[in-house]
Amino acid sequence: MFDRLSFPQPWLSLILFATWQILSDGVSGGSVVLGLILAWVIPQITHGFWPERPAFVKTWRMPGYILRVLKDIIVASFSVAWLILSPRTPRPAFISYPLTLDHPLAISILASTISLTPGTVSADVSDDNQTLLIHALDAGSDQEVIDAIYNSYEKPLMEMFK
Amino acid sequence: MSPFAEYAISALLLFGGAFTLIGAIGLARLPDFYTRLHGPTKATTVGVGAIMLSSVIYFSAMGEDIGISEILITVFLLMTAPVSANMLAKAAMHIGVKTMEGTEGKPWEQ
Repeated sequence: MFDRLSFPQPWLSLILFATWQILSDGVSGGSVVLGLILAWVIPQITHGFWPERPAFVKTWRMPGYILRVLKDIIVASFSVAWLILSPRTPRPAFISYPLTLDHPLAISILASTISLTPGTVSADVSDDNQTLLIHALDAGSDQEVIDAIYNSYEKPLMEMFK
Repeated sequence: MSPFAEYAISALLLFGGAFTLIGAIGLARLPDFYTRLHGPTKATTVGVGAIMLSSVIYFSAMGEDIGISEILITVFLLMTAPVSANMLAKAAMHIGVKTMEGTEGKPWEQ
């Protein structure tokens, strides 16, 4: 019975609590109470949706990965902006991307990265977590897109989740 | 406010505005649903990012709080944008929205 009163994910609770303090105008009695309530309720409600934690994540590799993604977002934004303004019609393609990652959390980070970088949207994951369906706005060839994603995102993620 | 901060803020606002406009043009100009998904969700990432950054510089230069909440807003946006793009794409595939001519490959049926 006391299970229900615990914090199933202490880190998530801590992040939620800290975020709430930053968002509200200064730390006060009210914001602490509400922050505690949110830090308890949200992990309880979302508990069932979280995948199991991977055994070991090299979190210190994360900042480097985020910086690389931010750089790619800016560079790729220019090419998409150019494509929108140029008169030629784009050559869109649906691409099946074979996944080497197997952890659900890693796959969802990869899928989000693909969606964030301009020019590609991840549309779906196959039920067996083996393939990712990607829609590319302007693809030269399937293999080009697959290689680019593998080298710049999937490889670093594999390092991180190994 | 120092002139340097003013120039930086103006440049970032113009840059962000231009990208958001291009995103909107993309929404009007691109031929089918899936390609239109790219315009607003992508070009605007940089647009909103630049506008947020100018807001952070503005409030820091005015000597008020450093704008942590603006940075948080950007982070939330970056976390939720891929999810909504994914849901839109999934919904479109589910009801079988037509793709433009010359699209390579096909969406799955599951």
